[in-house]
Amino acid sequence: MTPVLPRGVRLHHDRVRDRWVLLAPERVIDLDPIGHAILSEIDGASAVGEITDRLAVKYDAPVEQIGGDVREYLAGLADRRFLDMVP
Amino acid sequence: MTVQHKPQAARAVQVPAPMAMLAELTHRCPLSCPYCSNPVELTRKEAELPTEAWLDAFRQAADLGVLQVHLSGGEPAARRDLTELIAGARDAGLYVNLITSAIGVTRKRLEAFDAAGLDHIQLSLQGTNPEMADMIGGYRGGYERKMQAAAWIKELGIPLTLNTVLHRKNLHQLPRAIDMAVEMGARRIEVAIVQFHGWALRSRAALMPTLEQAEEASRVVAEARKRLKGVLVLDYVPADYHTATPKRCMGGWGMTGLNIAPDGQVLPCHAAQTIPHLTFDRITERPLRDIWYDGAAFNAYRGDDWMQEPCRSCDLKTKDFGGCRCQAMALAGDAAATDPTCAKSPLNAAVRAQAAEDQQGDGALVYRAFEDATKVPFGTG
Repeated sequence: MTPVLPRGVRLHHDRVRDRWVLLAPERVIDLDPIGHAILSEIDGASAVGEITDRLAVKYDAPVEQIGGDVREYLAGLADRRFLDMVP
Repeated sequence: MTVQHKPQAARAVQVPAPMAMLAELTHRCPLSCPYCSNPVELTRKEAELPTEAWLDAFRQAADLGVLQVHLSGGEPAARRDLTELIAGARDAGLYVNLITSAIGVTRKRLEAFDAAGLDHIQLSLQGTNPEMADMIGGYRGGYERKMQAAAWIKELGIPLTLNTVLHRKNLHQLPRAIDMAVEMGARRIEVAIVQFHGWALRSRAALMPTLEQAEEASRVVAEARKRLKGVLVLDYVPADYHTATPKRCMGGWGMTGLNIAPDGQVLPCHAAQTIPHLTFDRITERPLRDIWYDGAAFNAYRGDDWMQEPCRSCDLKTKDFGGCRCQAMALAGDAAATDPTCAKSPLNAAVRAQAAEDQQGDGALVYRAFEDATKVPFGTG
């Protein structure tokens, strides 16, 4: 599965509050550093597995643990239609 | 940059920067919906802010911390400079949402909005067939034109939310409206039971849903949320006359968003002009930052100093903020009173009795109109 940010959902740096947010219809989702790290890896081409591998290297953490966190985070966004999962 | 800001007057309330701005570009509209959220005294075209003033407002809003602008009306497409305004709002760094009936919007214009960087469209739906939609909107042929525009929006891939306002006359169409949202490719639907402010108060006996309808709407929404998880998100505003808890006052009065009226008056909410003792600053006369933090209307109902009993000692006061100030004004004659749709309000029994009486009635629809309007929507005369 490849996560894709659909049109109308944008990663945005909120310069006034100095934080990263996801802008979506009628919603502003405050991103913690982990959420920002995951969403920053979404490029429309990388599959969930590849994103997990990159984050595991970057944060020197076990792939199994990172993989669970990433899948759970992305599923939460997909349920709210902030993210498309493309087979 | 500081986000927390202490207003000049000594106050206990820390005021955060605003997140959203509703830009009511015009009150002109091809429709005459009887529950229009515009004030009863509509602003004419001659008094509307010029393009440059709106572009400046967008820049000031973004500098202040606003992240999303909702371009609304009236019908915002009645502004010939709408494409320029969309582009200017995007340039300012804002997420740009267009709230429209889409009636009379051509495909060519939609393409221009798209190219200008429009992020999202909220399309209003007055009914799920021409008979209902055109009767509510007071515009024959409006439904067909709206459906044409919806097809173009889908073809162009512009993200879409379908906005429905439901009341006694069309609540039975809710299941079909949800299906239509899916067919249109919308990711979201707003299901709002009509709120009785301004224009809608005049048609309350025609629009008041029955208790059974209000309960059925909640069932339909709950079922659809389960069935359409990951397909369609449902945002729901229940019928507050029929519930024990009032609708919360936004995220608190003057805490999350602001509204600019067509003539440049800056309002805490779109109905704030129904509170007669409030005075509003104009975007053309005072910096938006000052208006937000220090404007009299914005500070009027911030925090809880203004609250009376039963709100003052209520656990829910930080959750619902005493309910809607404008509804308190309309029903209790005091904007600082507990919203009478709250079960704890001394007026609640009377409100419920009124709702029970209204839902039995078959009052006529009173359509919105400019004061000297010659247009008489069909179905009324």
